[in-house]
Amino acid sequence: MARLPSLRGPKVPQQVPRLVAVFALAAIALIAARYFLVPASFGEKGHYRAAALDTIVAREKQYAGQQECALCHSAIMDARLAGNHQGVACESCHGPAAAHAANPVEAKPSVPREREFCPRCHAYNPARPTGFPQIDPVAHNPLAPCVSCHDPHQPEPPVTPESCSACHRQIVSQKAVSHHATLLCTTCHRAPDGHKTSPRTVRPGKPSDRNFCGSCHSADASSPQQIPRINLRTHNPRYVCWQCHYPHYPETS
Amino acid sequence: MTPRDHDLADESPAVAENEAVNRREFLSECLKACQLAAPVLLGVIRVPLLEAQESESGGYDPAEHLYGMGIDVSKCIGCGQCVAACKSENDVPLDSRHFNTWVERYVIGDNHVVDVDSPNGGMDGFPPVATEGGIRRAFFVPKLCNHCASAPCVQVCPVGATFTTDDGAILVDDEYCIGCRYCIQACPYGARWLHPEKHVAAKCTFCYHRLVQGLVPACVEVCPTGARVFGEVERRSTPLARFMRFNDIQVLKPHLNTKPKVYYANLDGEVR
Repeated sequence: MARLPSLRGPKVPQQVPRLVAVFALAAIALIAARYFLVPASFGEKGHYRAAALDTIVAREKQYAGQQECALCHSAIMDARLAGNHQGVACESCHGPAAAHAANPVEAKPSVPREREFCPRCHAYNPARPTGFPQIDPVAHNPLAPCVSCHDPHQPEPPVTPESCSACHRQIVSQKAVSHHATLLCTTCHRAPDGHKTSPRTVRPGKPSDRNFCGSCHSADASSPQQIPRINLRTHNPRYVCWQCHYPHYPETS
Repeated sequence: MTPRDHDLADESPAVAENEAVNRREFLSECLKACQLAAPVLLGVIRVPLLEAQESESGGYDPAEHLYGMGIDVSKCIGCGQCVAACKSENDVPLDSRHFNTWVERYVIGDNHVVDVDSPNGGMDGFPPVATEGGIRRAFFVPKLCNHCASAPCVQVCPVGATFTTDDGAILVDDEYCIGCRYCIQACPYGARWLHPEKHVAAKCTFCYHRLVQGLVPACVEVCPTGARVFGEVERRSTPLARFMRFNDIQVLKPHLNTKPKVYYANLDGEVR
C-alpha cells in the first residue's frame, strides 16, 4: 500500500492503478481456479488427464485368451488345431473364461451342447460367404444335438466309405442326413470283398431279427442315453423293425 | 651474498619441496574428486539405459505402438460372437441400443434396393432374409469405432475428456466427461453412445486394458473365421500389416478425412 501513493503522480491517470489491481485480482483468481479445478495429471501427456489411463488399464479382463487355455488343456488344443475349427478360439464357444483361468475349480465356463448353439454360425444364411459350411437346421437331423455326430473340437463331417456310395449313392445321401448318419454301412451289413466285384452273386448280409435293432434301441441296451428306446416285448412284437421303420432314414415317431 | 639471499638460497629447496607437496596434494585431490564424481557422471549416462531396459522387460510403452484393426468383409459370417464378447468384456448394457461394436447385414435385391438390418446389433445372429424376389448380393459388415487419426470426437470435446493415446486408441475419461454428447453428434460413424447409468460418453477402447497385457481385443479373440485382424499399423511383420499387403484396403467415409485406423477388405461400394 505504501507504493500506491508514489504511483499517483500527475502523469499516471487514476484509472490505471485500479485497472492494474483488477487485472491482478483476475489473474490471481484464474490461477487459484486452475489450481483447484484442473486435475493434477492434466496435460502430462496431452490435453487430457493422464491418470485416466490408469483407470482404463486397471479394468478387469473377462476373456483370458486361448494361450491361457492351452496351459492346462493342451490335448484339446492340439486336437482343435489339427481340425477345421483351428481358427476358432476356445472362448468363442465356451464364453469368457478369465474367471476360470484364475480359479479353475470354482468358476466353470459354459459348455454349449444344445442344438441351438452351432447354427449361430452354421445355419444357412445367404449373406454368409460362399463355401462356408451351412445347414438347414429344420431338415438336418431334427432334434439331435450337433455334438452327437460332430466333435466340436474336430468337426469333420461323418464319412461313409466311398466303396459303398459308389453304387448306393441314394441310400448313402439319405442316411447322411438321418439319425443314423454316423453309422457305417458295415455296422448293420456284412459286406464281403467279393460283393464289390460280383454284386449279384456275393450278397451282403442284412440284419435278420428284431434283436439286432434292439441291441441299441431296447430299454435294457447299453447304448448312449440319447438313443430312443422301446420295450422289445411290448412294441408290436409280431413285426420286424424295418416293416415300419426305414433304417436308412429312421423317423422318430 | 646477503643474509636475505642466503635465506632465500637456504629456503629454495624447502620452497621446491613445498611445491612438490602441493602438486602431490593437488593430484590426490583430483583423484578424490574423480572418485566422487565418477558415480554421478556414470549415473547420468546409466539412467536412460536402465529406463530402456525397464520398458523392454515389463513396462508398457505406448510410444512404441500404433494400433489398428483389419476387417475382411468376405469372411464375416454374422454370428455375432464379437458383439456378445465386447458387451461382456467392456460391461456394455445388454439392451438393443448400446454397442461398442455391431454387425450390419446388407441385402441387395434384384431390384437394386439396399436393405440394411442389424437386429440387436447382430448379437443373437440374423433371421432368414425376408426380401421379396431374388437377392443380388448379401454380406455382413462389422462396425466399431474407427479410432481415427484425426478424430472429430476428440476435437469437439469441451473438457478434454476424450483423447488420443500415443498408441492410437481413442479413449474416454469416465471421471472427467460431463456428458454433453458433443462427441456423439460429431462421430460420423455412430460409434459413440451415452452410458445410461454413468451418464458419460462411452465407446470402443480397442480393449485397451487387454492391449497393455499383450492380448488382442475381445472381439478379435472370439472371431471364429478370422474376419477381424488386429495389429500394428506401421510395422511390417504383424498380422495387420500382412492383411493390408494382401488385400485392397478401404476405410469408411474417406471423404471426411478422419483417417480411420479400421481397415476394410472386400468392402462393397454400397456400404456407408
